[in-house]
Amino acid sequence: MKNITKVLVVLMLLVLVVSVAGCSSKTAEVVDDAVIADEVVKVGMIYIGPPGDAGWTYAHDQGRQFLEEQYPNVEVLFVESVPESSDAERVMTELVEEGCTVVFATSFGYMDYMDNVALKYPDVKFFHCSGYKTEENMSTYFGRIYQARYLTGMIAGAMTETNEIGYVAAHPIPEVIRGINAFTLGVKEANADAVVKVVWTNTWYDPAKEKEAAQGLLDSGVDVIAQHQDTPGPQQAAEEAGVYAVGYNTNMRAFAPEANLTSAVWNWGPYYVNAVKSVIDGTFVSTQYWGGLEDGIVDIAPISDKVPADMVAQVEAKKAAIIDGSFDVFAGPIKDQDGNIKVAEGSSMTDGELLSMDWFVEGVEGVIPK
Amino acid sequence: MTFNMLIAILAAAITSGTPILFAALGEIVTEKSGVQNLGLEGMMLVGAVSGFMMGYLTHNLFLAVLVAALGGGILALIHSFITITLKANQVVSGLALTIFGTGLSGYLGKPYIGMPAPVKFEIVPIPILSKIPVIGTIFFNHNLLVYFSYILIFVLWFYIYRTRQGLNLRATGENPGAADSLGVNVFRLRYLYTVIGGMLAGIGGAYLSLASAPSWVENMSGGRGWLAVALVIFAVWNPARAVFGAYLFGGVEALGYRMQAIGVTVSPFFLNMMPYLLTIIVLIIVTINTQHKHIGEPEALGKSYDREER
Repeated sequence: MKNITKVLVVLMLLVLVVSVAGCSSKTAEVVDDAVIADEVVKVGMIYIGPPGDAGWTYAHDQGRQFLEEQYPNVEVLFVESVPESSDAERVMTELVEEGCTVVFATSFGYMDYMDNVALKYPDVKFFHCSGYKTEENMSTYFGRIYQARYLTGMIAGAMTETNEIGYVAAHPIPEVIRGINAFTLGVKEANADAVVKVVWTNTWYDPAKEKEAAQGLLDSGVDVIAQHQDTPGPQQAAEEAGVYAVGYNTNMRAFAPEANLTSAVWNWGPYYVNAVKSVIDGTFVSTQYWGGLEDGIVDIAPISDKVPADMVAQVEAKKAAIIDGSFDVFAGPIKDQDGNIKVAEGSSMTDGELLSMDWFVEGVEGVIPK
Repeated sequence: MTFNMLIAILAAAITSGTPILFAALGEIVTEKSGVQNLGLEGMMLVGAVSGFMMGYLTHNLFLAVLVAALGGGILALIHSFITITLKANQVVSGLALTIFGTGLSGYLGKPYIGMPAPVKFEIVPIPILSKIPVIGTIFFNHNLLVYFSYILIFVLWFYIYRTRQGLNLRATGENPGAADSLGVNVFRLRYLYTVIGGMLAGIGGAYLSLASAPSWVENMSGGRGWLAVALVIFAVWNPARAVFGAYLFGGVEALGYRMQAIGVTVSPFFLNMMPYLLTIIVLIIVTINTQHKHIGEPEALGKSYDREER
């Protein structure tokens, strides 16, 4: 079959074109090292997506830029769109061989691969985002985004007129459930009569589906939309319906200028600066870092001027209380959906309980798929 | 569930079914000519990204859709060359096209990620018709692309089953040897209808990036191309049946989210499975039926035509 040879040639050409397209997206950017202090520190970073995703990776890339501004003698080599497979191990090894003495991995799925590399290179310090494995030379880091969600919940609770708020939820994992619960507690704080309706999309990244899910919530009578996914689909649905929305990851105002009230946002910059600093001055200790508003790692985007000034003041006061430690989002009494007390008055949930949360607080309408 | 909610679901079924419908109508035309193109997902993505880029640069929706169609068409042209001229395996080439289109669209769309579309298809209620109770809300309260798909269904059905050219198209897919002996240019027709199919898939992609969620996100078709492949079988290669299938598939999605919103629990995984399950059921029914009556797939589907092997 001579035709097989022909098609193989054409297919190989196609593969070549695709791989060229793929390669060019893995650019390692080297900062201008004109300002060389006494010691240049090379830092490696791997991203799960492109920095232009307007979501998760974008936020990490902002952090990288902040780090480079703060430390002109730090040189960051970053690799984008690294799959959560053995490719990640190869890329991290390459970064270390390039001379990186600090490596950050910004997605959960890199955990085991980073662990392997960390064991191979004991002199290099590793930081893994959102995981749970640590080594002598490997820390984990994450942020208490739920604190920011609580504050956005207060705003949503104040702005609803139907007393029904819709939440477009991603995958049923503790991180998402914790976000919904914190948001609902915030809603209740501002408006005891309001409820939060949850719809699951089982996606992180499908704008059409996520918008459709928001549309479904709007049809059922909600007039504020919140979301956990990385796309602005739900914000756009709210904009078209002429109601309000609360975004996530980054300031999503551009996608819904009228509807968007605020967003729960990540701010990784200060953490990256501190982490690199600890390596430079030799104070690095392997830790499981889980910072909150007090460290500035999570925050809320500027609040829309549609929100009344006294509400903004209340949110600011609550934020201050969380920062100085006088208020804890998950302090009792907290009831679950059936009205059972889950957290008693006077006690608070431990980090372990928060990280394995699998129940909804009172005021959430919806179920967690099993 | 209230009556208004039911109407909302039916209207949403059309909204979410339309991108699948465009791709499936295109694939029906292609497969009627005997060429199977499994690259729908890739062609939709290239259509989505090229439409978005054109819309972003020119702020002109007509040009955007035109470029989206061209984008899908160019990919289909590659498939035509490989499978019709080089006579390579259609399944392999189609799968390669999906992978290629996914990579290419991600590459082209990189600078446009995270930007809202400056222009998008707004809902345009049709005067008078949209005022009809129930039917008006369900069918005549959509964007222009949805109305275009209505027209397309009738045009395609009429063309395929009621015109001379349509007969040639079907003959090419059923028995290319016989068609050839009657003076039909099999190669030219297969090229033509494969490219037209790719163009329609491209328009389906543009629907995603310019109407349903006006922005570009990598991989935004999210498997809708494969759903369209299933829909072609579900519709037994008939454009009129494809309409019901597309709205049924779209309705399943719309229904799922609304049931969750009113507190009825249906596993989303079950709902995601439904279109494929329905397709398998239809496939079984059709296979049993075709033993008595020929209504199934085109006879020469997936087979390269070679004059010398006639």
